[in-house]
Amino acid sequence: MKNGEIEISFSSELEYLDLIQNVSESVTQTLGFDEDTRYWIGMSVRESVTNAIQHGNKLDAEKKVGVSFRVARDRLVILIRDEGEGFEESEIPNPLEPENVLKPSGRGIFYVRTFMDEVSFRRLPEGGTEVKMEKKLSRRTQDKNNQGGDHEN
Amino acid sequence: MRIETRKVGGVTVLDISGRITIGEESTTLRKAVRDLLETGERKILLNLGDVSYVDSSGIGELVSAFTTVRNQGGRLKLLQLTKKLRELLAITKLLTVFEAFDDEDKAVASFSE
Repeated sequence: MKNGEIEISFSSELEYLDLIQNVSESVTQTLGFDEDTRYWIGMSVRESVTNAIQHGNKLDAEKKVGVSFRVARDRLVILIRDEGEGFEESEIPNPLEPENVLKPSGRGIFYVRTFMDEVSFRRLPEGGTEVKMEKKLSRRTQDKNNQGGDHEN
Repeated sequence: MRIETRKVGGVTVLDISGRITIGEESTTLRKAVRDLLETGERKILLNLGDVSYVDSSGIGELVSAFTTVRNQGGRLKLLQLTKKLRELLAITKLLTVFEAFDDEDKAVASFSE
């Protein structure tokens, strides 16, 4: 994994959520993340892919979602791409505001921001949105993956 | 998701097992709560001790269940939250909304207060 990248592309169907979460678990286990951190990274991946399928591609099975995992220096970088029309980040409501606390939806991105170290969104030139999520490797994880020197893909 | 219903001291306990996630699995809970309200039940305790996974949609379903019951004049409380679920509720300020218990007897008794 230290020099590699895993890329997966699938049609916009919620039945793939378990599969992609399992891939996340395998990748983060290989990288030596502890159990709790693996759980929260897996949930962040699941939430972001759900958004890509549901809100990005609007459940259109003809449209693809792409997910990639790679290690860059001291962190795991996960990219999630959809083929949707995008959204304004500033328009995402804050679920902690009193008027939103009892709303049935709108917590997914908040959880992702909570559990990952860095999260950013960008519109892709070819259309669609890319979510970039990063999680710093622990010292133990870095030692495991850096035998032979740092590498950035 | 699997839901089994029992009655304890005037309180309807829903023993939920499996996952509460987006799609079919979360609407099962919605239907179960709606059915209870239709039969006049107003004291509902969700036992979540055997729930293995909850995503943000599942959190939304718990919130929906809570507001639906409250809007019909009832009360819905939670029992045996897992550590992860407790954290998900806490960071979105929902532990200030839900009454949550670890002990079933205490939970049931709280409906009489």
